[in-house]
Amino acid sequence: MRILAAMSGGVDSAVAAARAAQDGHDVTGVHLALARNPQTYRSGARGCCTLEDARDARRAADVIGIPFYVWDMAEEFHASVVDDFVAEYAAGRTPNPCLRCNEKIKFAAVLDRAVALGFDAVVTGHHARLGADGLLRRSVDAAKDQSYVLAVLTREQLDRSMFPLGDSTKAQVRAEAAARGLAVAEKPDSHDICFIADGDTRGFLAARLGEAPGDIVDAHTGDTLGTHRGAYAYTVGQRKGLDLRTPAEDGRPRYVLSITPKTNTVTVGSREDLAVHRVTGERAVWHGERTPVECEVQLRAHGEVVPAVVTVDGAGLTAELRVPARGVAAGQAVVAYRSDAAGDVVLGSATITTDRADD
Amino acid sequence: MLAEALDAYVDTARKVGNPSSLHAAGRDARRLVEESRERIAAVLGARPSEVIFTSGGTESDNLAVKGIFWARERPRLIASAVEHHAVMDSVAWLAAHQRATVHWLGVDHRGRVDPDALAEIVDEHGDEIAMISVQWANNEVGTLQPVPELSALAARAGIPLHTDAVQAAGAVPVDFAASGAAALTISGHKLGGPVGVGALLLGRDVPCTPVLHGGGQERDVRSGTLDAPGMVAFAVAVEVAVKNQQESATRLAVLRDDLIARVLDAVPGAVLNGDPADRLPGNAHFSFPGCEGDALLMLLDAQDVACSTGSACSAGVAEPSHVLLAMGADDDNARSSLRFTLGHDSTDTDVEALLAALPGAVERARRAAAWKTPR
Ligand SMILES: Cc1ncc(COP(=O)(O)O)c(C=O)c1O
Repeated sequence: MRILAAMSGGVDSAVAAARAAQDGHDVTGVHLALARNPQTYRSGARGCCTLEDARDARRAADVIGIPFYVWDMAEEFHASVVDDFVAEYAAGRTPNPCLRCNEKIKFAAVLDRAVALGFDAVVTGHHARLGADGLLRRSVDAAKDQSYVLAVLTREQLDRSMFPLGDSTKAQVRAEAAARGLAVAEKPDSHDICFIADGDTRGFLAARLGEAPGDIVDAHTGDTLGTHRGAYAYTVGQRKGLDLRTPAEDGRPRYVLSITPKTNTVTVGSREDLAVHRVTGERAVWHGERTPVECEVQLRAHGEVVPAVVTVDGAGLTAELRVPARGVAAGQAVVAYRSDAAGDVVLGSATITTDRADD
Repeated sequence: MLAEALDAYVDTARKVGNPSSLHAAGRDARRLVEESRERIAAVLGARPSEVIFTSGGTESDNLAVKGIFWARERPRLIASAVEHHAVMDSVAWLAAHQRATVHWLGVDHRGRVDPDALAEIVDEHGDEIAMISVQWANNEVGTLQPVPELSALAARAGIPLHTDAVQAAGAVPVDFAASGAAALTISGHKLGGPVGVGALLLGRDVPCTPVLHGGGQERDVRSGTLDAPGMVAFAVAVEVAVKNQQESATRLAVLRDDLIARVLDAVPGAVLNGDPADRLPGNAHFSFPGCEGDALLMLLDAQDVACSTGSACSAGVAEPSHVLLAMGADDDNARSSLRFTLGHDSTDTDVEALLAALPGAVERARRAAAWKTPR
């Protein structure tokens, strides 16, 4: 097959491309330039759009022996991921930009362009399994599993995707990179949001949304406990950085329960108040299993799984949780899994609409 | 590298690398460098003392622009809007960091500067102008500039004119004295010589402050021990290129015109960029509206057809060419362009191969560009 390898400049995508080439595919490497002005993203090993990353990707392609190009996706990335990120926070939700990038860029704009140019599929270095049965499963490396940010992909997108790393641990991938002579073998993982090079999400949002002071309100008494400089800087479940003038009566820590952009308030309560028994979602992607279905749901990246009964009705999804979950934020994904010895299978996903079902 | 130049390089490297004595080795190397200087001067209409050896086109351009600007201590600079980055960025740097006032000379849709526009600036600011830089031939669209006419105009006002002839030397007749230019850049690798070798032909009485200070080896304008094998190979390449210039230009122009006619015929919507007649013999440059140049390049690459888009930033992102923008193209049209370069080893077969691949590739690239429209 003619395969387009999306090469970020990291070790995972380099090994994925190498494996695809070794399997006899006709592989072409492409680095996605996502920064509007790559010069300004000169930020060391973090992020995914630095000059160094472009160079590392090119070097890896040379070593693998495949042609290599840079595609300028900055406009699309800014419109679909960065602007969306800011707008979601402004709306009181907590977006996952990696998920959005997969949904709108890597497996949409890039995949569409690749197909139009005559490629059959896109290969990436995501840690997830996509085998002959067509099912998307968790990686064997639970700590590195990325099925959560891929669950948004539709059947058509998955049919044109290859994830060759799903059966390997990160350690194995690094060892293989070294054995293949890929210089990125020891390159540190990128953890941060790639377009926020200094890791200061609050500062990034403040620069775009401006200071917008408002009240921090107690969920039970309705009392104003303090002020905030912008509700967008808070995430459901957050405890640190609340800086409350008035401590709670019971003296116990307070958590962010919800954010209400309309009144610019941040509502806080006790840890118990965070508990959620029911999660609703919109824009559901479902892979056909009949519902209601007894399964497990994951409610944020690297979050624990919770047993639940999931019902899908068109684009809507409801998960009745068997065990209450905490820190459930609108804008994150609810991903349903069926546990399976060969790797838990993704049944589908949706974007969470409720902060707390009890609201 | 040209076979003759490569042989000369290897022979010289062996000879000077194997000295009977240190003293003799130095003398040998010096003699070889001076002979090379004379040979280059002889075929390019310069005096030997006017040949300043450098590390290539980039250094020569930097030296001419910055060196003459510094030495003349006047606040204004004129440069065409279609210069190579080596000139353009030197000029821009002087503007940003040394308070130079820059007059960018615009070009028409074929990429030609207007001598009257130059005359106007010269008339108005004559005494304040440190230097003028206008390339001989454009490296993207191949358009030739009327250098002798511009030089004469500059000379009448007593302003040194530098011309970047990196693309022109060996491709079209270039004679330093006859051109009337005060300074002229050439580069080894564009002529079949080694990379990392070049020269600035610098008129004897043109003031120029060094960019590289040191031992003052090159007329006190440029310092650094010279690489004798590189210079010898460079001289051989210049000689061969100039000797073959006319014959090769005639052959290439026929091939180029055939390529242009057939591309315009075979690809709906294709547009030739640059001057249809006054252009480098080996240059064919097109826009393919509705395509992205980099997608097209990728598709042609896969079929072993070599071509190139404009420039890319350091991360490798294709940027709309400043040359095409200066010629009046919009961003999309600038991004839809591609250059095909014919050289001494190009033949009809290459043109055939290009035409076999191009129409399909354009059609596919146009379809691929459709994803850009909002979904
Ligand atoms: C018109 C022009 N000027 C300057 C240069 C730079 O020359 P060099 O690569 O020798 O530094 C080039 C090189 O491509 C060129 O085409």
